[in-house]
Amino acid sequence: MAPLVLPAAAFGVSFGVLAAAAGMGTLAPIVMSATTFAGAGQFAAASILDEGGAVVAATAAAALLNSRYVPIGISVAPLFHGSRWRRLVEAQLIVDESWAISNRGGGRFDRGLLLGAGLVLYPCWVLSTTVGAVAGDLVGDPERLGLDAAFPALFLALLVPQLRTRLAVAAALGGAAVALALVPLAPAGLPIVAAAVVCLIGLRRA
Amino acid sequence: MTEVWITVVAVGVLTIAFKALGPVAIGGRTLPPRLLGPVELLAPALLAALVVTQVFGEERDLVVDARAVGLAAAVVALAARAPILVVVVAAAAATAVARALT
Repeated sequence: MAPLVLPAAAFGVSFGVLAAAAGMGTLAPIVMSATTFAGAGQFAAASILDEGGAVVAATAAAALLNSRYVPIGISVAPLFHGSRWRRLVEAQLIVDESWAISNRGGGRFDRGLLLGAGLVLYPCWVLSTTVGAVAGDLVGDPERLGLDAAFPALFLALLVPQLRTRLAVAAALGGAAVALALVPLAPAGLPIVAAAVVCLIGLRRA
Repeated sequence: MTEVWITVVAVGVLTIAFKALGPVAIGGRTLPPRLLGPVELLAPALLAALVVTQVFGEERDLVVDARAVGLAAAVVALAARAPILVVVVAAAAATAVARALT
């Protein structure tokens, strides 16, 4: 878990600092981390508000980015039992990192790892956002510390063990290519959703 | 200030719904075998897309800047089979240094 906590904390502090600097105040970034709990979408929304973008644009970008949690949620749906409310609450512990490390291959996931990692990451995320939003002046510019490179590095480290088959490598290259191609063409968030569609190349094998 | 709160609530409600949709609608049931192929490939496709957009994306432009140096450092660290923590710290440090020098 330790390898996940540090980048998440760095990302959380960065989000708190940048969101506060973007005019979101102190409380709103913290509430957002506590309710949304999906870093990339939160960053997208904060940066659009910072540029003076409309509520609709900020919300649409974050919603598009976070819509990847629909297929992600379906992929781990067999792990969720009990009442609808319990499933709804437990599902909030799904984040990219908890999902990626719980992947056992072959389309199967480990429930203990998924929920355990989520339970560790959630307080870490909210707390680090609070630190960033409240003590942003002490932290300074997160970019000066290179913190904006910490998250892609973590995602890359989580990606490498997934590249077990040729098809997985093809999906990674395809997802990266689709996302890069769409960045200049499509509104923020859409490149990531479009990249998810690449996973359908796995249908051929069935 | 109100605009900020509308965004916070709208994004929060939508994200909670996105995350819950699969577990609430089909929780506990096994997925059709046909879906296992795509499910297996979802992580590589999404993680790779997140990496490249976070490194090379600058709003609606593609740029190569200090973050690319960080990514290169991460690749080297991964090739050397370094622990994840080292990979992350190497990427941040390399980016910070590259940014300080440019």
